[in-house]
Amino acid sequence: MNIDSIQNGVVIDHITAGGGMKLYELLGLDAVDCSVALIRNVGSKKMGRKDIIKIDAAIPVNLDVIGYVDPGATVNVIRDGQLVDKRSIDMPERLVNVIKCKNPRCITSCEQELDHVVRLTDRENKVYRCIYCETKAN
Amino acid sequence: MRSLIDILDLSVEEIDQLIATACDIIDHPDDYAEACKRKKLATLFFEPSTRTRLSFEAAMLELGGSVISMASAASSSASKGESVADTAKVISCYADIIAMRHPKEGAALVAANNASVPVINAGDGGHCHPTQTLADLLTIYREKGRLNDLTVGFCGDLKFGRTVHSLINALSRYTGIEIVLISPEELKLPSYVKKDVLQKNDIPYVQTTSLEEAMPQLDILYMTRVQRERFFNEEDYLRLKDSYILDLKKLENAKPDLCVMHPLPRVNEIAVAVDDDPRACYFKQVLAGKYMRMALILKLLKEASV
Repeated sequence: MNIDSIQNGVVIDHITAGGGMKLYELLGLDAVDCSVALIRNVGSKKMGRKDIIKIDAAIPVNLDVIGYVDPGATVNVIRDGQLVDKRSIDMPERLVNVIKCKNPRCITSCEQELDHVVRLTDRENKVYRCIYCETKAN
Repeated sequence: MRSLIDILDLSVEEIDQLIATACDIIDHPDDYAEACKRKKLATLFFEPSTRTRLSFEAAMLELGGSVISMASAASSSASKGESVADTAKVISCYADIIAMRHPKEGAALVAANNASVPVINAGDGGHCHPTQTLADLLTIYREKGRLNDLTVGFCGDLKFGRTVHSLINALSRYTGIEIVLISPEELKLPSYVKKDVLQKNDIPYVQTTSLEEAMPQLDILYMTRVQRERFFNEEDYLRLKDSYILDLKKLENAKPDLCVMHPLPRVNEIAVAVDDDPRACYFKQVLAGKYMRMALILKLLKEASV
């Protein structure tokens, strides 16, 4: 299967196989105008299998979302067909309005204007908790 | 602006200082009789809790301050759909400090983020109730003379019991603490508390379903009520509500200096006959709550004025 290389845009590489769709959704890529390719189960010497997302436009991507979904992913910025920036991603300390608290007893369940904020409480096990009710977010 | 949402917002040193202040208030009440003169406390209670609200109000009055009060959500703008954030901003214009209880978890944090005066969390759903924990710590300190080297048993609803989670959090920062968790299978302490608090701080703990077996080793026995309002399912509540009832017979195997505590109100989990036993400390705990709230109000108002 061939996907053309892009001239100007962003390639999110080394996504854990199976995680691409979640990242696609949380980054809101279903709502962008440009071409986007989600390639699943690509062979990888390093990872065995991986997912890749190619975005054919220089749009801003939320690195915190990528760090939350898959801190092992890398972000490559392509300009005029050349790799101009390659970033490894770290888990963000806080995420705002990316994931909603599912606790029906949480204040966010009844006050619609409140930001949904989670913070990293356990880096080793990648645990995020709602800042209001401390319910595990993932 | 400094507020108190969670007991862990206070360092061990600050808790020790609050205990020292509370003890000084107990010994020299006249010295504090006008300490909050011309200051107003607003008690905002979006769910009913007579005891906690009156404790805050008594605390402020004994400090020479005044109280303005909202005793139920029905009598507030919340019934018209006002947000907690707006309520906090509005009440900040009237009062120097706010004590708030709300049925939703995290409501006190929302209030603190929007108020321009200190906010004290007087209970946010099943989440936190830090001033109850302060009351518990003062009670233990006054009864035992220390907050370390204690075997503490928690009995009853350890799943939904916010007072239990808060006190375990607070005690985990002291040395020589051992925890005994006594509950039915369905109401066991949540695994995240065991992992994030007990295991993380290397606090030895055991889990059992037998109060009788656990009793002889305990220095503190913290009884809890199975709370109807925390259950979605009435059948589960009815099945579990009478899991543990402490009576004089069960106390026969206890240490002579055991300290029996309960955040109150009790339903039937402690027999009334136990009230006359010198080991019953739950009414002293109520009084301790008032003194610790006095110490806390003093501290937060002092910090707010700097």
